[in-house]
Amino acid sequence: MSILVIAEHDGSALKGSTLNTITAAAELGDVTVLIAGGNCDTVASQAAKLAATNKILVAEDEIYSTPLAETFTPLILSIARDFSHILGPASTFGKNILPRVSALLDVQQISEIVAIHDSDTFDRPIYAGNAIATVQSKESIKVLTVRATAFEAATEVGSPAEIAKIEIVTAEKISEFISTELTKSDRPELTQAKIVVSGGRGMQNGENFIMLERVADLLGAAVGASRAAVDSGFVSNDYQVGQTGKIIAPELYIAVGISGAIQHLAGMKDSNVIVAINKDEEAPIFQVADYGLVGDLFTEIPKLEAELQK
Amino acid sequence: MKIIVAVKRVVDYNVKIRVKSDNTGIETANIKMSMNPFDEIAVEEGVRLRESGLAEELVVVSIGHKQSQETIRTALAMGADRGIHIQTDEEIEPLSIAKLLKEIAEKEKPDLFILGKQAIDDDSNQTGQMLAALLGWSQGTFASKLTLDTSNANVIREIDGGLETIKLNLPAIITTDLRLNTPRYASLPNIMKAKKKIIEELVPSDLNVDISHRINTLKVVEPSSREAGVIVKDIVELVDKLKNEAKVI
Repeated sequence: MSILVIAEHDGSALKGSTLNTITAAAELGDVTVLIAGGNCDTVASQAAKLAATNKILVAEDEIYSTPLAETFTPLILSIARDFSHILGPASTFGKNILPRVSALLDVQQISEIVAIHDSDTFDRPIYAGNAIATVQSKESIKVLTVRATAFEAATEVGSPAEIAKIEIVTAEKISEFISTELTKSDRPELTQAKIVVSGGRGMQNGENFIMLERVADLLGAAVGASRAAVDSGFVSNDYQVGQTGKIIAPELYIAVGISGAIQHLAGMKDSNVIVAINKDEEAPIFQVADYGLVGDLFTEIPKLEAELQK
Repeated sequence: MKIIVAVKRVVDYNVKIRVKSDNTGIETANIKMSMNPFDEIAVEEGVRLRESGLAEELVVVSIGHKQSQETIRTALAMGADRGIHIQTDEEIEPLSIAKLLKEIAEKEKPDLFILGKQAIDDDSNQTGQMLAALLGWSQGTFASKLTLDTSNANVIREIDGGLETIKLNLPAIITTDLRLNTPRYASLPNIMKAKKKIIEELVPSDLNVDISHRINTLKVVEPSSREAGVIVKDIVELVDKLKNEAKVI
């Protein structure tokens, strides 16, 4: 089987979720990675060094310096027929581009796979992860997005893969990139962090998140939030953990003032260890927590900070 | 300008779903159904453009059981002008939905087609992108702000790590994210008025679209559940457990 992985990168390194996708792809067959961008050398050599990759295809041009679905799709279609499977990360990058590719191949995509049974059978969560469907594709080319938390990151180095340039494909310009505004933070990225400290409606306002940030900095952790906290305007949307936010599975997840709605649990219940701090002992978050502390977060979090400083 | 919004009837987001005992799917008998929350945001956005005078007509389309007409009526009560219902009892995959919507788009010739970014039942997040592909239109997915002029749409998109701004040529596809707007509740007079609005009724074969399945669902199971752990008495015990028992800090 020949498997194509559509890489997401920032011009200097592959994104973490692409490394997880490469591991999933290697379960299916020989892995070719497509790297499209304005400047691909560093990323291509990083991908080539991975033990799990067999071939790296590079499409280098300014038109790929920002990942518009309208420009990436014709490029992917130009090589798609050489592969049995096309995989991408289930990030906003992969979710934006792959269905466009899939439709033009006349193929029904399978989104967010979490397990691979064989070359055509996969598990995927439905209903916010409250059920897992095992689905079998009859398509000649399988187009799949991969949930990063379900597969290890490919990091093992092996014999270098061949790097080959491919022709760029120009398309009629119907969309245009204007700008990105990335949230600046010295903390680890939410989806990559080993430890995440999250706040919910119980935080009461955005200023109080500083308490969580202090604890996070002592632990080298990222800061997250429930949808309730985001909807209340305490923090911006990219903090959101849950069905429609980020799906994460850190080593340690500390939920502070989060009741534990099913949509939130969908985003964090695969974490290795879950801690819940909530004053309501009936809160559903305690049903999934390994360690629960019933108490007022405004007295407990300063205590936690002091204890961690010891 | 003409706008079409697509809406799906799904299990209400507050319902705790149950897997059927024969593992063929989800229990949906006698369960509260509602408009997919992202589609409510799509309808609201369409209604606001209609009210601002930028759009002259807002059409709402739904595909599914006869009861999908209730969901269309909800959108009509929020302010859409007329409805189109493509009736089928089959469960239809996103690619087939996109093909049906493409036929509607070619007939109605809208300038903008707004959809929710994903349905909260199958969580696929595909239909809008597929519809854009089949029509050859530009796409602004996961939109948190939409600004229109006569030939372009400026879209701020929610991406991992922040926001991205793109400019689309019209006609275009927009899929909605949570922060785009807060949907209104329909008022009683508007609910009454919506009963008189027209819903055109079609079936998939009227549009010559093959809706046969490409994917077989072999089984549906409950996810492995977590056991509740222990309640600690204070922070000192918590930190001790995390250090010495779980060994995660």
